[in-house]
Amino acid sequence: MVKFIIRRVLIMIPQLFLLSLIIFVLAKQMPGDAVTGAFMGNPNVSDEQMEKIREEYGLNDPWYVQYGHWIGKAVKGDLGSSYTHKQPVTSLLAGRVTTTVTLGLFILIVSYIIAIPLGIIAGRWTDTWADKLIVLYNYFSFATPLFVFALLMLYFFGFVLGWFPTGNSVDVRLDAGSWEYYVSKFKHLVLPGMSGAILATFGTIQYLRNDIIDTKLKDFVKTARAKGVPEGKVYTRHILRNSLLPIAAFLGYEITGLIAGSIFLEMIFSYPGLGQLFIQSITGRDFTVTTAIVMISGAAVIVGTMLSDIILSIIDPRIRIE
Amino acid sequence: MVTIDDKKLIADEKVNNPSFAKTIWREIKHDKMALISLVLLLALLITAYSSPLFIDQEQLQRVNFLETWEAPSSEHLLGTDDGGRDVFGQLLIGTRNSFTIGLSVTLIAGLFGLTVGLISGFFGGWVDNVIMRIIDFLMVLPNLMFIIVFVVIVPNYSIFSFVLIMSAFAWFGKARLIRSKGLAERELDYINASKTLGTPNWKIMFFEMFPNLSSLVIVNMTLSLAGNIGLETGLTFLGFGLPASTPSLGTLIAFATNPDIVQNKSWVWLPAALLILVMMLCINYIGQAVKRASDARQRLA
Repeated sequence: MVKFIIRRVLIMIPQLFLLSLIIFVLAKQMPGDAVTGAFMGNPNVSDEQMEKIREEYGLNDPWYVQYGHWIGKAVKGDLGSSYTHKQPVTSLLAGRVTTTVTLGLFILIVSYIIAIPLGIIAGRWTDTWADKLIVLYNYFSFATPLFVFALLMLYFFGFVLGWFPTGNSVDVRLDAGSWEYYVSKFKHLVLPGMSGAILATFGTIQYLRNDIIDTKLKDFVKTARAKGVPEGKVYTRHILRNSLLPIAAFLGYEITGLIAGSIFLEMIFSYPGLGQLFIQSITGRDFTVTTAIVMISGAAVIVGTMLSDIILSIIDPRIRIE
Repeated sequence: MVTIDDKKLIADEKVNNPSFAKTIWREIKHDKMALISLVLLLALLITAYSSPLFIDQEQLQRVNFLETWEAPSSEHLLGTDDGGRDVFGQLLIGTRNSFTIGLSVTLIAGLFGLTVGLISGFFGGWVDNVIMRIIDFLMVLPNLMFIIVFVVIVPNYSIFSFVLIMSAFAWFGKARLIRSKGLAERELDYINASKTLGTPNWKIMFFEMFPNLSSLVIVNMTLSLAGNIGLETGLTFLGFGLPASTPSLGTLIAFATNPDIVQNKSWVWLPAALLILVMMLCINYIGQAVKRASDARQRLA
């Protein structure tokens, strides 16, 4: 057990290193650097002066020296500064990260609230009309591209019915901290959150349904029935205990999907989170911000996957053997 | 020498073991929704691919400032966009472009994933170990972000480089899937027999192992075709896909980034959004039927 965890944590280190290296190489390929970004078009700074500044800041050093500098600073939390926003990337990202994490958590929680009961119903009463409806919904959620669905939701609930606000994460006229402020925040969250959550249920429903159908026929369940355990208890005590546990462990694997989803959702609902900033920074050629966001997202996915692997290995010892 | 008895045996064999294509067709025929999907998709594709016969693409792309933002009428079935271009015509061309791109990405990524998966599964051991560690790593990368970054930094960006970038991030899952089946397959007698006979490895991989995995590959490719079309239109929607000169369905939906257009000029983006939805649902339904056909336990027919 401990050995598995240590090994799994150790695998993460080369992964993080490789990720940072790839991102660094990509960042070097992006047109322009911090100096051109800061002084380009400034008549008071000539090309020679720019070259001098580059020399001073070590931008002409060999790439491995530059990488060392960059990663050394990044570990300490200094990710450079954005030239469009004229502030350090770290403080620029702080607020955005909270917004995106809120959205992500909302999507996760709501999708579990929808998916777990539906998965159980579909698994327990297979081939009834309820099961058929759930399978149909599941098929729909698998096939529908998120951005199309989100746009339709925005159009229908935001514009045609006018039930929800259509942009931003909060009404800016309200004072931060007041009750109305949080209500408004929640109202802004509902539409993008629901669009994401309704489509995010696929994996959980599919897994639960299949797992319950498989477990239903296992020997220990038959034994429980033979002993006269009432049918409801067979499910709550015997089947669901086995089937529900791994779902908690899949949390970490969901992060990749959430990050990709946040890009589309935040662009469509003009929701000011990381995904929107990512697109803005890349269209605005503000590449220090772009690199920082890719780095943070990549690290989040790597850490999330590791946590999921470890939790799964605690729940299911068979995984550890490998 | 083939005797009459043998001929009868072969014929029986054919009846009892129909080809995969036949099984798929039987499965689709049995499932009404899949049949409707197939017919709908074919009708859609035939219309889209034959559109150059009755639509002049150059004229379609021409900007006409006298007719901007016209609502649907008999002259312009679905109205016009910001440059006075006919939306209906762009919808047809867009469907064609999106489908072509989706299909090319699926084929290229499929070929690549298949090769890597076969090599990993066939050789096993340290080869497999190294390849799988690399794939494990690639799979945790935030794909969408990396695709967008590549689209931005690639010099001389064209449709071709777009297809390559998308394919480069679409093969990991396939390789892993084929590898896991390949590992089981390599232990079987026919592979060992072939090895003993001295057949070169690549021949065993592609001509003996591959046919046994082909149904798996076909199922996977059908389902990922839908995913790739979705991803392409999504990227174009964000502005990192096809250049404006080659309209995709995403190009039309991209108009919906402006609240005024979302609300008041829905004829520009709504048909494209619905069309993508219908296309995805159709392809996936067919994909599910193909999947069932590949697994005797799940077949309906």
